[in-house]
Amino acid sequence: MCRLALKTSSTPFSPYEVLEAMEAMQEGYDGSGLGLLLRGVQFADFNYEKDNQVILSGIAHTEEALSRLNGYMETRGFVQKYDHEFKVKAELIEAKDRHKYIVRVYKKPADMDEAELEEYLMQTRLYLRRDGEEHGGDLTVFSFWSDVVMIKEVGWPLEIGDALSLSDNRIMARVVMAQGRQNTNYGINLYACHPFFIQGISTMTNGENTAFIPIKEWLEGKNIPGYTGYQSDSEVFTHILHYVTKKLKLPLQAYKHVITPLKNEELDVHPQGEFLKGLRTACRRLIIDGPNAVIGTLPDETSMLVMDAKKLRPATVGGKPGTWAIASEMCGVQALVPDRDPVLDFQPMREHTIIIPPDRKELLIWTQFDPFTLPQAA
Amino acid sequence: MDSVRSVYTTPSSLTYSDLPWIIQHREDRCTLCGQCTAVCPVNSIYLTYRRQRVPKLDVLRKKRGNEYRHFVGIRQHTAMDKKCIGCGMCSSVCPNEAIGPVPNPNEHRTVFQQNQKGEAAKRGGRRNKTGATILDRISFGRISMLTDPALDAGRHEFSTNTILGRVLPPEEYLRRKATGEWIPPTREIFPFVIGSMSFGALSPNMWLGLLQGVAYCNEVLGIPVVMATGEGGCPPWVLKSPFLKYIILQIASGYFGWDEIIRAIPEMQCDPAAIEIKYGQGAKPGDGGLLMWFKVSKLIARLRGVPEGVDLPSPPVHQTLYSIEESVMKMIQTLSMAFGFRVPVYPKISGSTSAKSVLNNLVRNPYAGALLIDGIDGGTGAAYNVSLEATGHPIASNLRECYLDLVAQGRQNEIPLFAAGGVGKNGNVTQNGLALIMLGASGVHIGKYIMQSCAGCLGNEKGRCNVCNVGICPKGITSQNPKLFRRLDPDDVAQRVAETFMVIRTEMKKIMAPLGRSQSLPIGMSDALGIDDADAAERLKIKYIC
Repeated sequence: MCRLALKTSSTPFSPYEVLEAMEAMQEGYDGSGLGLLLRGVQFADFNYEKDNQVILSGIAHTEEALSRLNGYMETRGFVQKYDHEFKVKAELIEAKDRHKYIVRVYKKPADMDEAELEEYLMQTRLYLRRDGEEHGGDLTVFSFWSDVVMIKEVGWPLEIGDALSLSDNRIMARVVMAQGRQNTNYGINLYACHPFFIQGISTMTNGENTAFIPIKEWLEGKNIPGYTGYQSDSEVFTHILHYVTKKLKLPLQAYKHVITPLKNEELDVHPQGEFLKGLRTACRRLIIDGPNAVIGTLPDETSMLVMDAKKLRPATVGGKPGTWAIASEMCGVQALVPDRDPVLDFQPMREHTIIIPPDRKELLIWTQFDPFTLPQAA
Repeated sequence: MDSVRSVYTTPSSLTYSDLPWIIQHREDRCTLCGQCTAVCPVNSIYLTYRRQRVPKLDVLRKKRGNEYRHFVGIRQHTAMDKKCIGCGMCSSVCPNEAIGPVPNPNEHRTVFQQNQKGEAAKRGGRRNKTGATILDRISFGRISMLTDPALDAGRHEFSTNTILGRVLPPEEYLRRKATGEWIPPTREIFPFVIGSMSFGALSPNMWLGLLQGVAYCNEVLGIPVVMATGEGGCPPWVLKSPFLKYIILQIASGYFGWDEIIRAIPEMQCDPAAIEIKYGQGAKPGDGGLLMWFKVSKLIARLRGVPEGVDLPSPPVHQTLYSIEESVMKMIQTLSMAFGFRVPVYPKISGSTSAKSVLNNLVRNPYAGALLIDGIDGGTGAAYNVSLEATGHPIASNLRECYLDLVAQGRQNEIPLFAAGGVGKNGNVTQNGLALIMLGASGVHIGKYIMQSCAGCLGNEKGRCNVCNVGICPKGITSQNPKLFRRLDPDDVAQRVAETFMVIRTEMKKIMAPLGRSQSLPIGMSDALGIDDADAAERLKIKYIC
């Protein structure tokens, strides 16, 4: 089963730290892949401006793909400001068709409001992804967003870190999500590596998603751009979070009520029971059946953790003001923030949503039994 | 000796070996108590005198001769109207196991004589096709073992209920909630619904037993079972009782019983579970209900507002029906309004290649609460044999096609599809039901299985019994004759209802647990299904397994 680690800190740190922590949980993954997501990015060679610039992450497998990419970005009006060159040790990478790991900074197009820009960025990413697929998979694109870098590769996490020289501190971040993949149902595919990303929202999950097909069919039926892919059954968790927060415009707390709604007898005594029963019915196809821990991050650097209702995959959160870690295994938290008070570590129950706000002062343990602010509906 | 020519024979003359069931009688065990002849619902057997030759040899006079012994034996009528129906009541009442029907393995001639007096054969039951159905052949193959351990059916909590009623898309739900607009009513129910069997088709004791059982399931066992009336209304005391909430009232083309229902509305303590508008029935597509005169007793006549002892054939279509679109819209809206828009209203249609067009019409009707599709293997209290055998569409592919159509539109959560017709035909009720649910049904309706399991209905698909239409049900399930229906104790039926649903619930868990599903009913979880028939797999878009 996949191993997950998230570290969030007020001061940027090297993603290699998280890969080292993954070693503590090594028995849980099989070297079939590593996924990394970085937020609050800082480059040693470039002064990144979050408000004015966006970052494209992916892999060009051939020279030709790279030039198609360059051409397309130009026609879309994106001006390149920085191209991060990894010091690649190709001999450490299993795959031999990695022409260039792309982490490129572009200037945000002018005169677009936020919604337009979000749509424009996603459409660009989806175009590039489709373009790669149409050309025999010679171009893989993971994210195109402000302040987000994603790296995915087949192999053992630490080896990939070494192969890309991630320990050289040329790229640092305040939030790092990492997944060591245990291949289950599907063939090894870069797009199947967590974390998954859509419009600033990202999640990663362990365990299998037994309700995958009905959830996927429902999401696809919504015809919402970006609800595609599904090389992994866990990608739906990201899209559900996107749907709940961006499309339904519900607060983060509602995510838990959608994927693991409370039982009738619990909603009967809940202050928002009537509304939540209706929400449960309307979103019935999005009920997950676990066993999963879902770890996510939002554009404002909020981190979160929720469990499935059976809580068969207890994840742990721990840390200290300024630095927090969430990991699928307790030893992962220990490796990520060794100087915390482990007594205060917390394993959420089925009703909990753990939220680490951007200020990182303390974590919030929100329970489904509590009401949440919902001015427009409650 | 008579010449052959003088033997009296007609085109319809039959002998006992021409009949589908042959009575075997053992004289050595028979005490001549007469119970078998008294209980036979079709008077097929009778006591009669027989003569037996006893050879006599007079040794002293060196002469051979005969003596004749007379004895009382059982004979079997060979006339079509008295042919044995194989119900086996004779053997069940015989104290000495001296008598019983055995199926005639030979081709039997009665099939050519089912048209006496120009009357086409009518019967109850369902399509007489034996063997495993497509549903029986589906297995659940996506077993959770590695990263996702199977669940413990006995210890985990399972959510096995389903939703009946129109479900809004989440965006629309939030919008209406914010503006205080009407939210369509929904019911959370157990996905195995007792299918529409009318008060008229069923005996009063059967009906009472079912209702008692359903109430027990809801109020004691916590299984929210609902039952549907067929056409023909509902006794006024039930309409005004708190049990109405467990009942889906059906309105069909004869509108029988709706005077009583409309009159009772002001006095209702609660709303019914739903309203079902019957446009078609799997057992007899294109045909209306048929309550034959034998069953129109004083009570039934009163409930239906008709004279006693007349045939009550409902028209094939609703009088409002110019087009299905118009009818569906008018009727759904009218009935929604009658119950203050607090009760889900949905149509029931027979399985048909045109089911998808009905469905797509409903998708655009904001008041439609569900769609029930009844396949060719559905049962009925009375229908023409040819309708039962040859018209209709099997449920599996029909349901699947409709579900995938909804999936393509992203509306699969909005209009729940319910499936019926042959669920539990060979006893595998939970397996059949969950196979349909994973093909996309939100729930299934079971009628015949309930009669067999909860009341001991003797009918099968080898032509056994199947006399529900003429009111002579030997078990008292589908008779309005008090002498017959008093054989059925409502308390016993109620107990069997409770037992049946307890077992279905347990078996649901035993199927869902290995699939790693417990939090919601696995509607449309088609990746779990496999079938050992490549063509069926392709048609149903599930895995071919061998």
